[in-house]
Amino acid sequence: MNTLKPVSGQPMDRVDGPAKVTGQARYAAEYPTTDLLHGSVVSSTIARGRVRHIDCEAALRLPGVVAVLHHQNRPKLAGEDEQYEDADSADGSPFRPLYNDRVLYSGQPLALVVADNLELARHAGTLVRIEYETDAHQTDLLAGQAHPAPAELPKPRGDFQQAYDAAKIRVDATYSTPIEHHNPMEPHASTVIYHPGGNLEVHDKTQGTQNCRDYLHSVFGLPKEKLRVFAAYVGGAFGSGLRPQYQLPLAVMAALQLQRSVRVTLTRQQMFTFGYRPRTVQQLRLAADAQGKLQAIHHAATGQTSRFEDFTEHVVEWSGMLYQCDNVALDYRLVPLDVYTPLDMRAPGAALGLIGLECAMDELAVELGMDPVELRRHNFAESNGNEGKPYSSKALLDCYSQGAERFGWAARNPQPRSMREGHELIGWGMAGGVWEAMQMKASARARLDAHGQLVVSSATTDIGTGTYTVMTQIAADAMGMAPGEVTFLLGDSALPTAPLQGGSFTVSSVGSAVRQACEVLRGKLLMAARSCYPELAGHPAEDMVISEGELHAGRRRYPLGEILPRSGLEAKVVCEPDARRDGYATATHSAVFVEVRVDEELGTVRLGRVVSAIAAGRVINPKMARSQILGGVVWGVSMALHEETLIDHELGRYMNHNLAEYHIPVQADFADIDVLFVDEPDEIVNALGSKGVGEIGIVGVPAAVANAVYHATGKRMREFPLTIDRVLG
Amino acid sequence: MSDTPTDPSGQAISLTLNGTPRQLQVQPWTTLLDLLREQLDLTGTKKGCDHGQCGACTVLRNGRRVNACLTLAIMCDGDQLTTIEGVADGDSLHPLQQAFIEHDAFQCGYCTPGQICSALGMANEGRVRSRDDIKEAMSGNLCRCGAYSNILDAVEATLPLIHGGPRP
Repeated sequence: MNTLKPVSGQPMDRVDGPAKVTGQARYAAEYPTTDLLHGSVVSSTIARGRVRHIDCEAALRLPGVVAVLHHQNRPKLAGEDEQYEDADSADGSPFRPLYNDRVLYSGQPLALVVADNLELARHAGTLVRIEYETDAHQTDLLAGQAHPAPAELPKPRGDFQQAYDAAKIRVDATYSTPIEHHNPMEPHASTVIYHPGGNLEVHDKTQGTQNCRDYLHSVFGLPKEKLRVFAAYVGGAFGSGLRPQYQLPLAVMAALQLQRSVRVTLTRQQMFTFGYRPRTVQQLRLAADAQGKLQAIHHAATGQTSRFEDFTEHVVEWSGMLYQCDNVALDYRLVPLDVYTPLDMRAPGAALGLIGLECAMDELAVELGMDPVELRRHNFAESNGNEGKPYSSKALLDCYSQGAERFGWAARNPQPRSMREGHELIGWGMAGGVWEAMQMKASARARLDAHGQLVVSSATTDIGTGTYTVMTQIAADAMGMAPGEVTFLLGDSALPTAPLQGGSFTVSSVGSAVRQACEVLRGKLLMAARSCYPELAGHPAEDMVISEGELHAGRRRYPLGEILPRSGLEAKVVCEPDARRDGYATATHSAVFVEVRVDEELGTVRLGRVVSAIAAGRVINPKMARSQILGGVVWGVSMALHEETLIDHELGRYMNHNLAEYHIPVQADFADIDVLFVDEPDEIVNALGSKGVGEIGIVGVPAAVANAVYHATGKRMREFPLTIDRVLG
Repeated sequence: MSDTPTDPSGQAISLTLNGTPRQLQVQPWTTLLDLLREQLDLTGTKKGCDHGQCGACTVLRNGRRVNACLTLAIMCDGDQLTTIEGVADGDSLHPLQQAFIEHDAFQCGYCTPGQICSALGMANEGRVRSRDDIKEAMSGNLCRCGAYSNILDAVEATLPLIHGGPRP
């Protein structure tokens, strides 16, 4: 038998690893070109009003400053809202950079200084004087007027109020979560290389090169064939690259106006001048019978948005699907403020809503005197109550049991403040998590040359998730080849159409397309081989592999050069979600167990250890899937304990817009994280049986940390993050 | 001398960059980070904050780790500099680079050059004795992807091999 061991399921090293550890991987701001100009953005210092006058004279007087672009001298831009919409737009009027004199938020780009070098552009930016007409602003969620979010919420089921009023055990608690900024390590940047004839080669920090191309096409009226957007390497994104950010149109404006190549890189401070995770206030009302069966759930969330777009995400839906409950009411409202529009950020909606739900479940367990894991088991939902559909698979019970066992949960004394070591109180908490397992339409091309090199491509991206590697593994197995002979191309708008990279649906969507393209190509190859070599007709297809430029069938080898046309063989597919999915709900699940150590005198919360048990279908690459979950845990702990963008509401401006004052965890903040993937076969979700792991790692973690802090201290803190002042307060 | 960054006259400095002697004209206001990235096309050294807050720009200056964004290029006259491009021995990766790949000690890769240079500098300092010491000594390098535990594993596994710094 000629069989290659499948590489899917194996912990293969990243194929882009050598480029990344040697500094050879180039990110958006790192493409060299001759006569490159540098743009520096001048940001507004008021939150609302109008620009009365922009004085560029001092800046322009400096030799080497080429131009200062602003709303009065910019190139022509589209005039309709639809022309600014993109694949991740919110409802409303998308922001238009340098469009007119209106100031909509503090930090808004108002001018772009373009100069021969970076330092000069930045210095000249400080010389631009802007006079404003200032209007009163409001940036405080608690002071604004709420309206219902334009979201299709699941209809209420049963009668919440009646069931709640009649129940023996009730919890009514309100939680608040702060603004958070994505802050990928690589600041947003666009390098626009101006080619003769006005063709633009754009290197952008994005999660969707085609989204950016289409945006530039409609905003500037440029033909698509004159635009090519690349993102070979993306230095983290976490949602911040789902919409084209303003550095892109600004760089293109300058390139078009000056007919020169231009780069615009945002400063770290300017990384706080576009999308973010919105602040929310969430009220949870839960009721249960004396045995702990949920009788009623009400989850009402209020989030902030801008005055120009209604940003919606799935904050409350999870409360209607994670547990079995017949009386559920969900409510979601928005407060428009003088701020930029929020933006999807890792596990958008779920990372927030599950704080409310899973902290409230912990409070309910305390009211019931029931173990929190037992309470969750007791209310396990076989089907998604929002949709009335069974799950294609849901190994959440295994997550509870295997996670609890690995953690040693059985030894937990439910009494708060029952564990102490020296001056630290020790607490154990847990929470569950859920995220949708989505699949989008995607296409891919596979091409085999006569030397036996397979090149597979799709216009997706790799924001650190491991797309290059996973697609290489999927392609190698589908084709019957070793991964060393496979190259996967991505990050180029000219490649076959792919959805945005986000929502944990890349493996499901692009991976399915890659697999299908390779299966079609392999079929074509075997057909060509059988017509060249009739003796192959009876040879079982599964016994044929491709290696070193030859087709191997049993002991016989056939050179691909004799089988393939000189130009090679190609297959391109457009892959849609299978109709089998329609009858099912599809989701990933988790159970997270956390130990914290709280110093009562100092108010510090230190992470002891974390066990994260994940059910996400079949894992293509356990090494990289584990890394995704590790990252999710870091993010979740960060949400619970560290991250918070603070606004001075008097000025309507962020106060801690830098990496020293916007706290994210460092190496010393981290303890052992144990990740386990439970077995979860799924024949329905897609042909790969794989659900995606980018978001499920984060969702249950903040609540698990908060519940552990409660267990340690006996104090229920409902305002996030749980910083020292709140622990001591 | 002019006080704006337009003065064409630079200051001459000599330094050894990744083993190669270089004569360079630099402006007094140019940081080592901008010199590397914007003038020498050594973009492996990353700019994450430009304020010494993230560690992405960590390079080795005479064997010591420094934030290139807080180091003026002109201060490096006569120095030996090693950037991520100079860590491997030709095509053969440094054991720490290899360990980063094996332990999957990065995701997006943007903080990675700084993490690697920082770990090499830490090894030269010769002060870490335990896993907890490494955690403390590597806390100047942020990783937003959250690869900390894998970075720790890679550094810990390689430390016995790299005491003494990058290979010549």
